[in-house]
Amino acid sequence: MKTPNLSTSRALYELFSSMRFAISLLTILGIASIIGTVLKQNEPYVNYVAQFGQFWFDIFEMLGLYDVYHAAWFLALLTFLVASTSLCIYRNTPIMLHELKTFREHATEKSLRAFGHQQEYAFGGNVDDVVKRLAAFLTVRGFRHRSVPQANGDILLAAKAGSYQRLGYIFTHVAIVVICIGGLMDGNVPLKIEELLGYKTVETRDVPSTEVPPQSRLSPANLSFRGNMTLPEGMTGNVAFVRIRDGYLVQELPFMVTLKQFRIEHYATGQPKSFESDVEIRDPELKEPLKATISVNHPLIYKGIAIYQSDFQDGGSQLDFNVWPLRGAAHEPGKMQGNVFKDFTLGEGDSALKVELDDFRLFNVLNLSPDDKGKSQNVGPSVTFKVRDTQGQAREYLSYMQPLMLDGHAYFVSGMRATQNEDFKYLRIPADGENSLGDYMRLRGMLLDPAMAPVIAKRMSGKMLEGQNANPEMVAKFESSMVHLLEAFARDGYTEVAKLLEQSVPEAERDKAAEAYFKVITSAAYEGLAMSRAQAGLSAPEPDERTQRFVGDALNSMSDISFYGTPFYLELNGFEQRQASGFQLTRSPGKNLVYGGSVLLVLGIFAMIYLRERRIWLLVKPESQHVLFAMSANRKNRDFENEYARYAEQLQALFKG
Amino acid sequence: MESALTTDMPQPSFFKRLTAGDWLFALALLAGAVFAYHRYADFMDVYEKGFLFSAVVVFSWLGWFFKPMRLLIVGIALLSLFGINQYHGDLARADQTFFLKYLFSSQSAIMWMNVLFVLATAGYWLALLARSEFAGKVASALTWSAVLMGFVGLMVRWYESYLIAPDVGHIPISNLYEVFVLFCLITALIYLYYEKFYETRQLGAFVMLVVSAAVIFILWYTFGREASGIQPLVPALQSYWMKIHVPANFIGYGAFSLAAMVGVAWLCVQRGIFASRLPKPEVLDDFMYKSIAVGFAFFTIATILGAMWAAEAWGGYWSWDPKETWALVVWLNYAAWLHLRLVKGLRGPILAWWAVIGLLVTTFAFLGVNMFLSGLHSYGTL
Ligand code: HEM
Repeated sequence: MKTPNLSTSRALYELFSSMRFAISLLTILGIASIIGTVLKQNEPYVNYVAQFGQFWFDIFEMLGLYDVYHAAWFLALLTFLVASTSLCIYRNTPIMLHELKTFREHATEKSLRAFGHQQEYAFGGNVDDVVKRLAAFLTVRGFRHRSVPQANGDILLAAKAGSYQRLGYIFTHVAIVVICIGGLMDGNVPLKIEELLGYKTVETRDVPSTEVPPQSRLSPANLSFRGNMTLPEGMTGNVAFVRIRDGYLVQELPFMVTLKQFRIEHYATGQPKSFESDVEIRDPELKEPLKATISVNHPLIYKGIAIYQSDFQDGGSQLDFNVWPLRGAAHEPGKMQGNVFKDFTLGEGDSALKVELDDFRLFNVLNLSPDDKGKSQNVGPSVTFKVRDTQGQAREYLSYMQPLMLDGHAYFVSGMRATQNEDFKYLRIPADGENSLGDYMRLRGMLLDPAMAPVIAKRMSGKMLEGQNANPEMVAKFESSMVHLLEAFARDGYTEVAKLLEQSVPEAERDKAAEAYFKVITSAAYEGLAMSRAQAGLSAPEPDERTQRFVGDALNSMSDISFYGTPFYLELNGFEQRQASGFQLTRSPGKNLVYGGSVLLVLGIFAMIYLRERRIWLLVKPESQHVLFAMSANRKNRDFENEYARYAEQLQALFKG
Repeated sequence: MESALTTDMPQPSFFKRLTAGDWLFALALLAGAVFAYHRYADFMDVYEKGFLFSAVVVFSWLGWFFKPMRLLIVGIALLSLFGINQYHGDLARADQTFFLKYLFSSQSAIMWMNVLFVLATAGYWLALLARSEFAGKVASALTWSAVLMGFVGLMVRWYESYLIAPDVGHIPISNLYEVFVLFCLITALIYLYYEKFYETRQLGAFVMLVVSAAVIFILWYTFGREASGIQPLVPALQSYWMKIHVPANFIGYGAFSLAAMVGVAWLCVQRGIFASRLPKPEVLDDFMYKSIAVGFAFFTIATILGAMWAAEAWGGYWSWDPKETWALVVWLNYAAWLHLRLVKGLRGPILAWWAVIGLLVTTFAFLGVNMFLSGLHSYGTL
């Protein structure tokens, strides 16, 4: 008398251990895993909100889609798979083992004759002799056999080969279970449970690790974890951060790690060749610190915790700047010093600007060829920083320390952008003969200084009208219009000049006038350059193509200054690099299970694929002088058919004799 | 009694069946390895030494198991050595000396491979449509020579990478261009084996389509992207694991593609297309199973090796990185396929279609992931 719930549990058992269920699980698991590859995992939550909007964000969060592979339902799925496979093993193993052992020597003549693959032969001569020969026939073909005398005097030779295929099944499936269990152990399931029970809460505030409360800390005893640690050179750490969803937990370590030095080596082409960290491990149990070098593909394993080189960043390099004014007559640089991740202020009052140093890069591999076809090369150090005004508005800047060669000429290049998601717009300042900013800044001081306009105008008129005894008012007219022009340019470069053009010149003559204006400004700039160099006690510029180009470029970049946005140009002119190395620390006890399981899996699969279980029965019937040959396999396929045909024929031959 | 006796005669074991030629071949390989060891041991770490001698075992076995391989391997060795010799340690000679410029510099050799594969494809189609035995023979010959040139190309490329700079040198299976070449070669080789095994050339027309598709990709990559150059290895790829993980993977990919194309053939036959020209459905079905089985076995190994590598490079044997995850998807897919066939005893259209769709999944795992998804796998972004 079965109780209903017994029969339901029976039904469940049937379901779970069924192939259909297994296949469905495999399929669902496959699809589920795909989600995590399409939707970028473990991003900061703000990104998701931006991407999907609040409504969907909440739904997706509820479904745990931001960390699918640790979502409860996903782990449940895996557990089901383990359960189902285990039941399947539990169910099939006895059968398989029995198949492995038995020779099926109880097969009756009737059943053999019912086989799809069977044939009968007549033989003459001595029965024992025939049996001996048949035994030999089986042995040389790799079949082990038992010979069983039947009640009616017949002799049955029951043989089999390739039985270990059955072990293949057991191995494969046990392997699956073992691997999954290993994986679940390392897939911070224990942590998940602690979290569900409320023993642990994820820390989302950005506070020093020492201030993180106990319920967000993991003890060194924690069996399995995977965390990150970033150390600036010379610093020591004894905790790792385990990122979970939108927060983290602090994993305490049973030792202290000190980063002595971080190194990047480069290929001749500039691509990185190796990332290496020299570290020291300190531990009460060690007499003196353990020195080691960690690099990509070469982790350090200490106390069952593996330390990997994972990434790197700046560790607070010290940077020296020349602060060049970009407004007014001044043209001497001030000095400033700062550290990455720190800031300093320029100017005071409402015009005070906060400079936040974000990053320093020693190497920058760029492709400067116009069509990107050419070789990439290393263009040396760069700095990124933000300039924030008193209202809190910030612009981001990226400046290269050394001049870049752009189609054959050297420029100081600095990019500016108002928001993260637009690309940099670049200011290109031509470098002078000494590869410095000197000429440019002096010239700038001269041209953009209203007071200088008349002086330049005078010099120009002197030069241009000289000889052709021009009357004074004509000279005055020439000079005043010249002054106008220069002032316009001083206000906002060519944009203002264009405006002036529109006001003062009729439509028809503009093009010609524009050309004339351009010529005048250029030669004015040339004069300015000569004067400014003279002031600085430097030789007069060569009146050559190079100088011409310099002046042209200088004028262009001056008319870009207003977009550049800061009243100063920060020229990086010295640094003391300090790097930080990013480590990943893991303890994964499940690993050995996974590897062990993997070996089983491979053995199992090969056994299943390359061993074919076949059985042969040879029933020798003395009184009718006949032999009944029957053959079967648990997998009927082409190989089997061929083999059967071959043996049938060979037996034929054997009895022809 | 004669025939009876012969049938009673024990069949000699695998080793007893080896000919003098087989042993000579193995000896030659061993000699090569010993020479290499003698000369370069100081530059090799323990793993590389291990690989060097395991290679002797593996390739001897390959040659014994599939005899034509012996000739192929010897051919590859001789031509590669000749090519390498032409360089006199100077990369510039690649487009100066005749033999390098037109035959054996990696770029030219691989170009030859491309051409030969395309010709072979045409040949197989001719054989299929015109029922021409001869065209079929020619097509096989072309395929063999394509494989020869392809491997020579890779070998020479390996050497070239060291000429660029000793620290740049590495086995040429580290970027999309190189692995596509590898894919063509392995797929073709597996096909050639089954061509002999089933004594049918008709399937070449289908299988070679995949190879030709890969060839087209290589050409686009070479001329469209100018991405055929040798790039130094990023740190993550500087690992001996790569030497075994990648080839194992491509045996998998190759076998799966093969199975898919046989699936296509199966579906054609079922619809009466080429029915009289192609092998019987049972044969095709068996072919499909065998190549999926091989693919599955090697893909499993590859994935495991991948996990072990990841454990060393990324700090975890499984990070659910898109490439890993898609490998799992591919694996589960074929596990399901094998279940249906072996456990449920299923045959016919479903399995054929499944094999074909399997190729799409595989292709995505191989290419799509690099194109559309970002991840830790640091090579082969398009
Ligand atoms: C993640 C889950 C599983 C995986 C990856 C898996 C994998 C495999 C593989 C690779 C084979 C061998 C196919 C071949 O011969 O190449 C196989 C065979 C088989 N599997 Fe599974 N399996 C899984 C779960 C199950 C479950 C739950 C069952 C329960 C019914 C099952 C029953 C079988 C059976 C009966 C065979 C055929 C054994 C034989 O006839 O030799 N499998 N499986």
